[in-house]
Amino acid sequence: MASAAHDVNSHDQHEHHHEESFVSKYIFSQDHKMIGKQFLITAVFMGVVAMLLSILFRIQLAWPGESSDFLNFFLGDQWAPEGVLKEDMYLGLVTIHGTIMVFFLLTGGLSGTFSNILIPLQLGARDMASGFLNMLSFWFFFLSSLLMFLSLFVMNGSIFGIDIPGDWGTIGNGPAMAGWTVYPPLSALPQAVSGSGFGMTLWLISMTIFIAGSLIGSLNYIVTVINLRTAGMTMTRMPLTIWAFFVTAILGVLSFPVLLSAALLLMMDRMAGTSFYLSDIMVGSEMLSNHGGSPILFQHLFWFLGHPEVYIVLLPALGLSSEIIATNARKPIFGYKAMIGSILAIGFLSFIVWGHHMFITGMNPFLGSVFVFTTLLIAIPSAVKVFNYITTLWKGAIVYTPAMLFAIALVSTFITGGVTGIILADSALDIAVHDTYFVVAHFHIVMGMSAVFGMFAGVYHWFPKMYRRMMNTRMGYAHFWITLIGAYGVFFPMHFVGIAGAPRRYYDYSVYGEFDTDSYNMIMDLNVIITVFAIIAAIGQVIFLFNFFYSIYRGPVAPQNPWKSNTLEWTAPVEHMHGNWPGALPVVYRWPYDYSKPGAADDFIPQNVPLAEGEIEH
Amino acid sequence: MESKLIIILIIVIGAIAISQLVRVYELTAKLRKHEEHEIPVRDNYLNAMLMLVFMVIQFGGLIYLMIKYGWTGRGPAASVQGEYTDWLLDLNLILITAIFFLTNFLLFYFSFKYVKRPGVKAYYYPHNNKLEILWTVVPAAVLAVIIILGLQTWNEVTGASPKEAINIELYSKQFDWTARYSGTDNMLGKTDYKLILGNNELGLMTEATIDSSIHAMRHGAGGILDIQKILNNRDTVLTDSLVNVLRKDLGTKERLLRLLNQMKATHNPALDKQVYDDIIQRDTLYLCVNKPYEFSFRSKDVIHSAYFPHFRAQMNTVPGYGTRLKFTPNMTTAEMRKIKNLPAFHYVLMCNKICGGAHYKMKMMVVVLEEEEYNAWMKGKESKNFKATYFPAPSAQAVIPAESTAISAMN
Repeated sequence: MASAAHDVNSHDQHEHHHEESFVSKYIFSQDHKMIGKQFLITAVFMGVVAMLLSILFRIQLAWPGESSDFLNFFLGDQWAPEGVLKEDMYLGLVTIHGTIMVFFLLTGGLSGTFSNILIPLQLGARDMASGFLNMLSFWFFFLSSLLMFLSLFVMNGSIFGIDIPGDWGTIGNGPAMAGWTVYPPLSALPQAVSGSGFGMTLWLISMTIFIAGSLIGSLNYIVTVINLRTAGMTMTRMPLTIWAFFVTAILGVLSFPVLLSAALLLMMDRMAGTSFYLSDIMVGSEMLSNHGGSPILFQHLFWFLGHPEVYIVLLPALGLSSEIIATNARKPIFGYKAMIGSILAIGFLSFIVWGHHMFITGMNPFLGSVFVFTTLLIAIPSAVKVFNYITTLWKGAIVYTPAMLFAIALVSTFITGGVTGIILADSALDIAVHDTYFVVAHFHIVMGMSAVFGMFAGVYHWFPKMYRRMMNTRMGYAHFWITLIGAYGVFFPMHFVGIAGAPRRYYDYSVYGEFDTDSYNMIMDLNVIITVFAIIAAIGQVIFLFNFFYSIYRGPVAPQNPWKSNTLEWTAPVEHMHGNWPGALPVVYRWPYDYSKPGAADDFIPQNVPLAEGEIEH
Repeated sequence: MESKLIIILIIVIGAIAISQLVRVYELTAKLRKHEEHEIPVRDNYLNAMLMLVFMVIQFGGLIYLMIKYGWTGRGPAASVQGEYTDWLLDLNLILITAIFFLTNFLLFYFSFKYVKRPGVKAYYYPHNNKLEILWTVVPAAVLAVIIILGLQTWNEVTGASPKEAINIELYSKQFDWTARYSGTDNMLGKTDYKLILGNNELGLMTEATIDSSIHAMRHGAGGILDIQKILNNRDTVLTDSLVNVLRKDLGTKERLLRLLNQMKATHNPALDKQVYDDIIQRDTLYLCVNKPYEFSFRSKDVIHSAYFPHFRAQMNTVPGYGTRLKFTPNMTTAEMRKIKNLPAFHYVLMCNKICGGAHYKMKMMVVVLEEEEYNAWMKGKESKNFKATYFPAPSAQAVIPAESTAISAMN
């Protein structure tokens, strides 16, 4: 490692000698700051796509069967003839919405962006341990994003009429349609649904590339955190952001390979005639001779990643908000060591709870009991985190930057979504609400909204560091309040749709009219309300997009430490440079949360300020 | 196409207009020497106030929804097991609602109260071990109660059925349900997916059905002989890809035929009577009130999920892998109609695992009858058991169906 550090240092000394070309600066950049921004822009694009998809299927759910020019505009005559969405494409929209949101926005986007920008800057490192691998990680992510996006346009086994050379096994229309969890046999059998042809093949290839990129990135983050901390930056002086990214990266390295194996086995079943997940199946009138596989095996493999994935999405958001809440409450984060302990406990427990997604697959009830126990244990470190956040606000001097608003909203959604998890983790209660809208409401609030709020908080807070300019605060406020009200307006009613028993992934809830007109009226009414709020929230995002892109070019120039923060990234010059700091790296003397410390002149003391005489660390 | 262009044009012009407005705002801000990173006191207070306002809206919205739609929009539980879980669900909902109100109140109230006021410094309070232990131990204690109660109920609900439980099989496929009653012996006969044919859609296993499947596999439309005939026909020229498809199909069918022959060799004809008294029922599932039921599930193609929302029961159906579930309906359809005040109400069995385009339509009505009504219905059904439908009375010798529509993958 010493030699690597030496390389970076010597590279830095040559800094002023070579002008970088456009390609090496903006495209194949190996600088962590640029790579972080590349992740962010790609994720923003994918996020907009996924949000648009959700609006499309929400229109169908609120006004089933009614003609909509909006649907026809985006989906064309193939998927929305006369403006009415086709059944298959409804499933395709749901599937790709979920896949993009979970993996591309909240894994690649959130962790990729902020781990890249913040790990070297907050640790006092010149760059990531390997700039080249870091670049590779982004380009894998980009390629997989591109494939996933293109899979939306599959028609008769080709894209835009261009045939893909080679035998990809199957034709098929539309993107993957088996839900974001792509359970076989539905995802394995092109005969079962039109999206399980070429669309599903693209999904699997895209995810394989995504996983490779994610692994390379995560290994790089882990190595950087372990080896490239500046002098004085002990593990217990690291900001909670870094702790969160560090544990997230470990979770990723341990769990994503399992998803990769699940995906590879599925590919073999689809292309090579194996029977890992298939047994005794007849699709339509076609009898298959596959025997001995188990579809449940896929679910075990999938959720062995899938549950840690929830925390891969959530921990970075919690880390970012810890930093933002402490900075803007002008108070140290309450219980720093307990926060680290909670992150570690959550990370560990997340590996032994996956079975709670499978209570009703027919698994042995005793095994179910074990998963009930381990799952509910996670509530304890989560509760500790929530109470610590609340205590951090207590007697603070809160400054409402847009980032702070989003960080507080994150705590609220983390609570709201977290408490319903107690119901779903309890297998006896899960029976009644499993796979209903109650689940949809739960995970959208606890994982979706919390992580999205964390991501917005991060963007508003570190925008000056990323783009050297400030975002417009007033637009940030408008964006925040519309988003918060929109989010709760969408997901509160959804709980009641779920408690009423409405299954998720239904194309049209008017089927309820055939057996229960009460539930029918309730579900239809609430679906309209949900869709209206979803549209409001989506329009709110236009404010953000405008503010974001406008501020990149025209925002007022940022000062060096706009939020009066303690962490090291704000000691680096505003102007980006290779190596982050001119001259020597900053040396760390204290933890990052010395806000409003008694006896200090200012209400913040950056980490690189030595302890005053007689000052106790904390 | 033109309307699309106009829409895009409007969006572009709108964006330009807004950016000009922002520019004006920024220039005026510059004149007032306002910097983006310095949050004005007025803005700060406004957001703090909005935090409190939002809390009121949030709480109000939730209370409104709770009053309007209640805990459970699907009515009271209609099974013994559902009553257990509903009791526990109510308890948990009360608990989590209380936690929700308490913690959200603290969060938003503190956000409101501790907004930065000029000249007031925050209170430096990095940690307090006693507090941290308190909010580790209290949640742990509450969770211990939840876990114990939950597991007790889980064990009761998933435990073995009593001996007298009535066996019913539910068979799922894209996109409908079929029920199979176990008949007079209360035993479900054996099945195998390889026996599925036009007149044996559930693949029930008897000597006769095995013979008929073996015959269809060889001689039926699209059977082995048919494929061989096409492949060996020198008068037609087949494309390579078609030849590949046919060879693959032939391979599959030869393998299946071998397995069918093995099945025939090991089959015990003494068990056929368990199959013959089974009763196949489509469209509506009739149950008898207050009788324990043991359901077993099979799937033909993909994973489905048997979801009985009113009985609070749910279980996946997995191809190649049997699953089970028990419940005891304790309220007839007529009683539930009275309670819900809905004369047309029906219990329902829905599919609750994504299974393809028409997933949302895959359902079966469930009717719970009083014992006398149920017995009367069952009496009418017993004469239509599998034996009666498989060997129609006039021509009992038609063991081998003339044509099988089932195996025609070629077309």
